[in-house]
Amino acid sequence: LATGKQFLTFFVDYLYCGIEVEQVQEVLRYQEMTRVPLAPAVVRGLINLRGQIVTAIDLRRRLELSEAEKQHLPLNVVVRTDDARVSLLVDEIGDVVEVEEDTFERPPATLDRNTRALIRGVHKLSNRLMHVLDTQNVLNLEVETKGPGSGP
Amino acid sequence: MGEDDDIVKEFLIESTENLDRLDRDLVEIEKDPSSKEILGSIFRTVHTIKGTTGFLGFSKLESLAHAGESLLGLLRDGKLSITPEITSALLALVDAVRGMLSAIESTGRDGDSDFAGLIETLRNLQESGVSPPVSKAQSEHASEVAPETAESPVPLGQILIQSGQVTDEEVATALAAQQAGDPRRLGEILVEQGAIPPSAVRAAVEEQGRTQALASAANTIRVDVGQLDKLMNLVGELVLARNQILQFSATQQDASLVNASQRLNLITTELQEGVMKTRMQPIDTVWNKLPRVVRDLAVASGKQVRVEMEGKDTDLDKTVIEAIKDPLTHVIRNAVDHGIETPRQRTAAGKPPEGRLFLRAYHEGGQVNIEISDDGAGIDLNRVKQKAIERGLITPEQAAVMREHETLNLVFLPGFSTAAKVTHVSGRGVGMDVVKTNIEKIGGALDVHSRLGEGTTLKIKIPLTLAIIPALIVSSAGDRYAIPQISLLELVRLEGDEARKGIENIHGAPVYRLRGNLLPLVYLSHELETNGIPRSGSQASGTARANFAAVNIVVVQADERQFGLVVDEVSDTEEIVVKPLGKHLKGIETFAGATIMGDGRVALILDVMGLARRSSVLSEARERALGDERIVAAGQVSEQHQTVLLFQGPDDGRMAVPLSLVTRLEEFSQSSIERMGSLEVVQYRGSILPLVRVAALLTERRRKPRFVPAKPSIVQDGTLQVVVYTSEQRSAGLVVDRILDIVEENMATLQPASREGIQGSIVVQGRVTEILDLEELIHTHAALHLPQRGITQAR
Repeated sequence: LATGKQFLTFFVDYLYCGIEVEQVQEVLRYQEMTRVPLAPAVVRGLINLRGQIVTAIDLRRRLELSEAEKQHLPLNVVVRTDDARVSLLVDEIGDVVEVEEDTFERPPATLDRNTRALIRGVHKLSNRLMHVLDTQNVLNLEVETKGPGSGP
Repeated sequence: MGEDDDIVKEFLIESTENLDRLDRDLVEIEKDPSSKEILGSIFRTVHTIKGTTGFLGFSKLESLAHAGESLLGLLRDGKLSITPEITSALLALVDAVRGMLSAIESTGRDGDSDFAGLIETLRNLQESGVSPPVSKAQSEHASEVAPETAESPVPLGQILIQSGQVTDEEVATALAAQQAGDPRRLGEILVEQGAIPPSAVRAAVEEQGRTQALASAANTIRVDVGQLDKLMNLVGELVLARNQILQFSATQQDASLVNASQRLNLITTELQEGVMKTRMQPIDTVWNKLPRVVRDLAVASGKQVRVEMEGKDTDLDKTVIEAIKDPLTHVIRNAVDHGIETPRQRTAAGKPPEGRLFLRAYHEGGQVNIEISDDGAGIDLNRVKQKAIERGLITPEQAAVMREHETLNLVFLPGFSTAAKVTHVSGRGVGMDVVKTNIEKIGGALDVHSRLGEGTTLKIKIPLTLAIIPALIVSSAGDRYAIPQISLLELVRLEGDEARKGIENIHGAPVYRLRGNLLPLVYLSHELETNGIPRSGSQASGTARANFAAVNIVVVQADERQFGLVVDEVSDTEEIVVKPLGKHLKGIETFAGATIMGDGRVALILDVMGLARRSSVLSEARERALGDERIVAAGQVSEQHQTVLLFQGPDDGRMAVPLSLVTRLEEFSQSSIERMGSLEVVQYRGSILPLVRVAALLTERRRKPRFVPAKPSIVQDGTLQVVVYTSEQRSAGLVVDRILDIVEENMATLQPASREGIQGSIVVQGRVTEILDLEELIHTHAALHLPQRGITQAR
């Protein structure tokens, strides 16, 4: 029997990321969003998830990657947290992969200090590296990256 | 074990309810010591608690309840009569039981204290009062037994007879003995007569208890509130799905699909109403605790206070009930502690020694009003000013020019308390400001009126429910926002020339002259930084003013201050379901939550208070309002002042109606008018709105019959100007010739009426103006008795 962990993988810009499947509630295609003025830039807006209002966090902005092209519509990875559900906006959904503990490695010291808190480490897959996101820190906007985002 | 837990839990819930009833009954019985009915109810409650605790093995609680029961037994049998000491001891018993119950809830045991002192007191009271007022007690005794037997669903004797253990005759003799004054119960008598063994009686009593429990359990069940919340959410989703299906089916030709979606529509609406109703509770669930609070306080401070209540069954959402519990209790304590004087002071002032505390609750325009008035000393304005100066809240110069209403509102400032001495009840400076904050937190407002020597009235306005509120939908910079109706005052639309010239600047701060007063303007897009311009720039230079075609101003009220919110578009009022924002957005003070619109998209709910703070309308107002003579908030004018809607009546006469009765102003095209018999009606917001012409309502002074309007009140393009008003759940539209203005007038100058349907006349803007008596007209005019149901709901 497999002892490994399952990860849902997705692309944010060029970054291949994964989060534990247990944390994921569902994956949705692009949803219309209502922007929230005065909110932190990483909050892209609010979506209506079957009557529940869910905050959508732009992972590109959160991970300080480049802005997506205007016509590209992000997908929603809805994750469960203790108090609510939050949607992470990603560019493309990958497979669910199963990995063993021994392919994991902590991020190298040379990783940008600002994003270190958000990336727990990588799993060395046969063809690429999968970045394991620290969802808790990603969703906790107080864990500052480089300061204010680039504005709405 | 699990089953035991369930039993204990049920016992706790049941007992808490029982204790609440006890509180109420005990306060009642003090007023009406001879009421056998109330005494019987008290006795039964304590008896039930004793029985259950014994069964569950809470011995301390049992012995305490037992002591109370014995004392109550004597009272019930007329061997003792109620004295204030006895009531106090019994109330102490209730508190002790309450304490033990919470101990059981948290620890599973009935606590460490055995309440020996209280038990002793209860016993002593039994001893001391044994000299019974015999003759009276005996004569009333017979009548007292009857209700007890009658209340049990099946009399004990009947059960015993049915089980064949006793004969009719034996029971009859026992009953006769009871009638003759034997204080023992039927079972006891039968056992002593040797008719049956004690075990048989016990079995029968149990059987009796079972049938009783069944009878009440059949009608009610307990439901977890979380469960109801979930249901409410689901209904919200269903409403959305319904809206989408309705939109879709409107484009289809398929008759059966249209029919099915109509049915879905009906059912959804009823379901929504039904679920809402399950969350409603009468305000009495909060109020019923108050007589006890008042009684304890009155006894402690040597005052006499009578509590009167009106509108006990006014329904409120459970969350609102929870939210007003503490503020309300605080206000009541304040009223008894500071408001009502001691009997001696009252007598000296020529008032009856007993003070009166009057609570009133009623629905009005989708809100609930709660009034708490006392006939006490009232608020001494000079003392308030003095105190505020002492505390550094205002300067003596400000105090000198402050008006009555402004002064009264000082009591809501943090750190203010007029109590000369600090009592254990109030006077520590944490008072009315906390009450105000708590009420405002749930979207409510409060207002105080006081007359020195005559009393104080506090008026609290709160929303019916927090879950679904009426709101105005506006849009700004391409986004929709909802503004809760409760903070809405009026809408102003400037067009053409007005839009260009109507808005003036005070050194860069835009203002609009609203009926002579300067209304500060806040551009929503500017405040929310959605117009692409950082807020630090001057508002007046913002692009928001680029659109000169029309300016929409939503006049809102925040705290004492009104300001105009400039938006791009004003849509409509809608009932919206309030949903909280996630924690990432909690810090943004301009939003109170979000809601889902009919098209499934999310819209943010504006927090008017937060907007005011952000745009510094409020802080500025706090500093200025104190000295500012002119600005009086519309909703808070003193009793003599009233805001009225001015319009042109028949024969060029000027008329007005109180604005508080007006729901909306509408224009209908002549062609939309339909006839129902002799009635003129229009379809309006999903129901039928009867129209009434002002001329047809009033008796003419000249004797010329004029039932049908001789001259149609067409303004232009065949539109009718209609004042929509609502009273007692029914709406009607008053067709007027022309709506002129909204003004605040002093009603003290009201001259008596010269014809029916008119309250009186006053001079407004230099012209004699008749004030229509709408309430009266509603009752007399047949057209307004049209049954009001929505069109879609007509069955």
